[in-house]
Amino acid sequence: MWDWLKQNGLSPKSFYRTSGLCLPWLTVLFLGCAGFGLIDGLYIAPADYQQGDGFRIMYVHVPSAFAAMAVYFAMAICAVLTLVWRVKLAAVCMSCSAPIGASFTFLALVTGSIWGKPMWGTWWIWDARLTSVLILFFLYMGFIALQSILAEQHYRDRACALIALVGVINLPIIHYSVIWWNTLHQGPSISQLAKPAIAPSMLYPLLAMIAAFFLFYLSVLFMRMRNQILLREKHTHWVREVVLS
Amino acid sequence: MNKHRQRKLITMMSVVLMLSLAAGLILYALKQNINLFYTPTQLIEAKVAPTQICRVGGYVKKNSVQFDASGQSVAFIVTDKQRDILVRYHGVLPNLFREGQGVVMTGQLNAEHVFIASDILAKHDEKYMPASVAKALQKIPGASAS
Repeated sequence: MWDWLKQNGLSPKSFYRTSGLCLPWLTVLFLGCAGFGLIDGLYIAPADYQQGDGFRIMYVHVPSAFAAMAVYFAMAICAVLTLVWRVKLAAVCMSCSAPIGASFTFLALVTGSIWGKPMWGTWWIWDARLTSVLILFFLYMGFIALQSILAEQHYRDRACALIALVGVINLPIIHYSVIWWNTLHQGPSISQLAKPAIAPSMLYPLLAMIAAFFLFYLSVLFMRMRNQILLREKHTHWVREVVLS
Repeated sequence: MNKHRQRKLITMMSVVLMLSLAAGLILYALKQNINLFYTPTQLIEAKVAPTQICRVGGYVKKNSVQFDASGQSVAFIVTDKQRDILVRYHGVLPNLFREGQGVVMTGQLNAEHVFIASDILAKHDEKYMPASVAKALQKIPGASAS
């Protein structure tokens, strides 16, 4: 069953075909979620009783921070698939995810900083949450740097997979930093969905924006992966067919 | 899964596990350095030297904020619901500063055990802060969340 999957479902060729069919749907879904989330979040949702309209930056900050961690986790899973099973597609997915995840992390850091100045009174503070997210950003940067200095494909994939795998230790540290230590950053809100920490009228656009960020990640990932597959498989017969047709 | 791959997977998982253990031990050893601030109880019990600059975080006690005649200096009590510390501050307060609000202050204790703050940040709590204060209280041995 696994061998079959590796031959058929996970082969670059079949992925190229399937992803081409998925892409328009992903894009439409992304636009729908982002449209609803932005309009509902920026115009319809009520202003916060303490922060006024300033809280609306969370509709970008929270999804980007969430996606930044999820993308890294996806990369770590791809790293295992690359190192143990040598799944070609996993290596492609891993290397294509890195710049997207890095952008999400950067966006989370910048929006958090912009929010922090009026609310906390400072752009930046070295508390556990902010520092661990900055480390996540450096991990992404290290991954991208390593990827661009190694020329040989096979070594590059394996070396990058190691970084991705080791860096995964940082994810639980980011998540629990606000619980384990005293921080300026507030505790988690999404994991407390059971007892609403956010009013429903503010929560729904947030969920839509989180969905939009994941759909955006998938769309851009698929586009990047399709490009890289063509590049990596350029000597094969099917790529010649695709390109020349 | 063949033997070769199984062995590889186990090796890799144990490497990640060992590294997590190492990271965990380092973080545990540095616990007090990673904490951003002392709670008032921790500050009083730690007997911090008067000249040492540190951060203290807690609630602004209700009905304790007093401005002087010029309106630029403020005195208030910061509490973790166990111990209170009197704070004096001269300067601009953040917008979210109010009674009952979480604050994180940089400064030092003077000889009269008054905390002279040089910098005050508002800890945005909304609905989340009560939980984290309760957690900060739980970290203090013998303290009960009230």
